[in-house]
Amino acid sequence: MDAVIENLPVFLEGFKNTLGLLILSGTGALVLGVFVAALRISPIASFRAFATVYTELVRNTPLTLVLFFCAYILPYLQFSPGYFVLALIGLTVYTSPFVAEALRSGINGVPVGQAEAARSVGLTFGQSLSYVIMPQAVRMVIPPLINVFIALTKNTSVAGAFFVFELFGAGRQVVNDRGDAVIAILLAVATFYLIVTITLGQVAGRVEKKVAVLR
Amino acid sequence: MSSVLYDAPGPKARARSRVISVVGVIIIIAGLTALILALGAPKPSANGAIQPGMWDPTRWDALLDVEVWRTLGRGALATLTMAGVAAFFALILGVLFSFLRSADHAAIRVPTTIVLEFVRGMPVLLMMLFILLVFSTGSFWAGVAALSVYNGAIIGEALRAGINSLPRGQREAGLAIGLTPISTRFRIEFPQAFRQMLPIIIAQLVVLLKDTSLAFIVGYEELLRSGLYTMTNFFGQRYQFSFFLIVLAIYLAMNLSLSWLARVIARRSGPKAGKLVEAVPEPMPNAAGAGGGF
Repeated sequence: MDAVIENLPVFLEGFKNTLGLLILSGTGALVLGVFVAALRISPIASFRAFATVYTELVRNTPLTLVLFFCAYILPYLQFSPGYFVLALIGLTVYTSPFVAEALRSGINGVPVGQAEAARSVGLTFGQSLSYVIMPQAVRMVIPPLINVFIALTKNTSVAGAFFVFELFGAGRQVVNDRGDAVIAILLAVATFYLIVTITLGQVAGRVEKKVAVLR
Repeated sequence: MSSVLYDAPGPKARARSRVISVVGVIIIIAGLTALILALGAPKPSANGAIQPGMWDPTRWDALLDVEVWRTLGRGALATLTMAGVAAFFALILGVLFSFLRSADHAAIRVPTTIVLEFVRGMPVLLMMLFILLVFSTGSFWAGVAALSVYNGAIIGEALRAGINSLPRGQREAGLAIGLTPISTRFRIEFPQAFRQMLPIIIAQLVVLLKDTSLAFIVGYEELLRSGLYTMTNFFGQRYQFSFFLIVLAIYLAMNLSLSWLARVIARRSGPKAGKLVEAVPEPMPNAAGAGGGF
């Protein structure tokens, strides 16, 4: 236990970086994911095909391989803004298709009857989207989106293996120093992760109950 | 649905959208060509020497060596072995977790719920390191154990959701004809839930296969480590990008074929399960409930 208390600043430093990775790459993935989802449902066939191929390829590539590309091959191609930014890029790219899929399934989840009803009472395209489809789609999208961010929280740990000093990296370093207190140290690291993931999970459950559309 | 949102396009709008589509194709192809050319262009390195482009034959000649393919094969086999063993245990644990989680006694249900929340909220990588250091199992079993527990928890929750979504009449009918509660669960509820959740379970197995690559961090000689690190160390930095592309292609081939299988099974088992339960869930890897991972 004393190993944990002594090294608390190290853990907090790692936790700060984990939160930084989560928030920055989460925002990036949200922006990129909205863009990909828009391409995916756009009326233009070539954009749709491109977005589909992108989603399938990235979703089926292991995160370690994406981060390997960012941490080793991008610097080799003379692009090296530091390992934190490189890990951010990797996590953003890896998470974006999952965001896009969550958005798409939310929009597809709104029954066609809703759109038909909106059109038949004379709403225009913009009106039926903004008054009828989107309010329902956003509600259905929020819980799966939070799940994506929970998974992202856990995925930031992989960046620790690619030279980013975050929670997992901090844990590994402290374990190397204090081999006698492995269990306590790793449980402390797990607690930090659980603080984020369980909170997000509770929020998702709360939101799901609150905004559920009764049909 | 989008076609419902606006009137059917007339000839002018159709022509316009065709033009935009062609322009889109041209933009995408131009972008990809630019990327390929940029990768192929020779680059001056820090010390002034000119490095050959990524498609230069000197970066690919190591592939003529048979030993390269043998190492890649060994790596792929190690990845598949770990995924297979972990999938086997994950399925068993998943069934076990789903039963314990929906047990009648709170003394069983509550601790299981806490353990499941704990396991699902933790990174797999951390679990691997924990098992490796605390139980000193060696990297293979550390990877297998962490992957089975984590994916078992998610499969368990999926199965429980499947059991919960069954009509209540199924259980009542089982009990009414004199089956015990356990036997009702095993012989009436579980087979239906399993079939209904099969797409989600297979999607989760794709996640498991992808996650075996995490085991390289705890030192297991799987595809990523043997294909990228070991061979780059042996043949030199020059070949890193080539090996990266090959390893990527092998992973994509394995994962895409498993995803494709998931889709085929989803289509096949869909209508059959639909007789008993409505709403077959979409096979999405992170649809397995709160905290489902990818």
